[in-house]
Amino acid sequence: MASFWEYANPLKFMRTTDWLLPVVAMAALVVTAIGLIWGFFLTPDDFRQGATVKIVFLHVPAAMMAINAWAMMLVASLFWLIRRHHVSALAAKAAAPVGLVMTLIGLITGAVWGQPMWGTWWAWDPRLTSFLILFLFYLGYIALWAAIEDPDTGADLTAVLCLVGTVFAVLSRYAALFWNQGLHQGASLSVAPGTRMDWAYKAPLYVSMTGFGLIFVALVLAGTRTEIRARRMKALVARERMA
Amino acid sequence: MSALLIRDLRLALRAGGGFGLGLAFFLILAVLVPLGVGPEPDTLSRIAPGILWVGALLACLLSLDRIFALDFEDGSLDLLATAPLPLEAVVSIKALAHWITTGLPLVLLSPVLGLLLFLPAEAYLWLILSLMLGTPALSVIGAFGAALTVGLKRGGLLLSLLVLPLYIPTLIFGAEVVSRGAQGLSVATPLALLAGITAGAVALLPFASALVLRINLR
Repeated sequence: MASFWEYANPLKFMRTTDWLLPVVAMAALVVTAIGLIWGFFLTPDDFRQGATVKIVFLHVPAAMMAINAWAMMLVASLFWLIRRHHVSALAAKAAAPVGLVMTLIGLITGAVWGQPMWGTWWAWDPRLTSFLILFLFYLGYIALWAAIEDPDTGADLTAVLCLVGTVFAVLSRYAALFWNQGLHQGASLSVAPGTRMDWAYKAPLYVSMTGFGLIFVALVLAGTRTEIRARRMKALVARERMA
Repeated sequence: MSALLIRDLRLALRAGGGFGLGLAFFLILAVLVPLGVGPEPDTLSRIAPGILWVGALLACLLSLDRIFALDFEDGSLDLLATAPLPLEAVVSIKALAHWITTGLPLVLLSPVLGLLLFLPAEAYLWLILSLMLGTPALSVIGAFGAALTVGLKRGGLLLSLLVLPLYIPTLIFGAEVVSRGAQGLSVATPLALLAGITAGAVALLPFASALVLRINLR
């Protein structure tokens, strides 16, 4: 394996991902399928929640990836700002829509789960609220990328937005926690994932979390490759015009 | 620096500067909410802290794109960027000018609107204090958003999409101060957190804004 920094060269990146992408994509498909089938059909029903508990196998991995995707964008933005790692900037761009969809999946499955369990589609619980806020941050980030024409300027501006946004997203998370306590005095609806959970659930949950992680990697690789190709196309067109 | 401040203030206050638009918007909001929610004093006084804070937030947003856009168009921003004054200072001064022309009048107008919304008497002090502490953060954060979108043609809508999520912590703590004050509870914690956010934003964000401006002026 070559050093991480060599992959700043798009050609090198393309050559490696030529074989890496199908492998990761296949692995993502297989692992997610195993995790979900195991989780949906081969686990017992919960004695209180019945079959609805199985939403956990979609909900928790999606929520986890929603946060991890932002963390990955933050790291990729730093690589771009500090070392001008071109592929890294494109990977951050490719990760944003995936993170957005993961956030949406987390919110929707949460609503579907919340309806039978809590009797409501939505509650202004700190966890739920911070997820909705994260969704807004993704929207802003993607909109800024879409609005700027020059790719390097876009990469720079979105990277700075990602850094500043991270600080404010974390602040919002704690502000939401504070705000809700102020209203409800500690009455909490949130379930802590992983705690008091039997291995019969935990094992397929970990498998589908791995699967979602692989899906994310595969989608980001595919998105980055598309971005690289789009840029190459633009460069070719520009060269044609010059000639 | 003071020359720049005076210039910005003059530009904002004179005809076509848009001064007062934000204030008028704030007023209209405070009139529309009772029309939508109903005139019951109980309901209104309960939601008044939140409405006033959200209104201040939106009114602040209205004039944000003016912070840099006009100077960017006529080239004076390039001049300022190459001037001996550091760009970070320019950004801070412009944010200060925005606060003096938008945030400060909002603070002064807010008690009147509190009256319209039946804000409980104990809350007035906290309303003024929290807006006084919070609106500088709104201007500084807004200046960052304005710097991000300065080169864009349809920057206005994007600006609000970028800036409003960044306003969330300020809004939460600011409105919390007022609603706790209205209930006669202790306001020390949210007030300290609000002041902390403002101090942090005023100290650090101008660096990010200046960085972003340099990228946009490249």
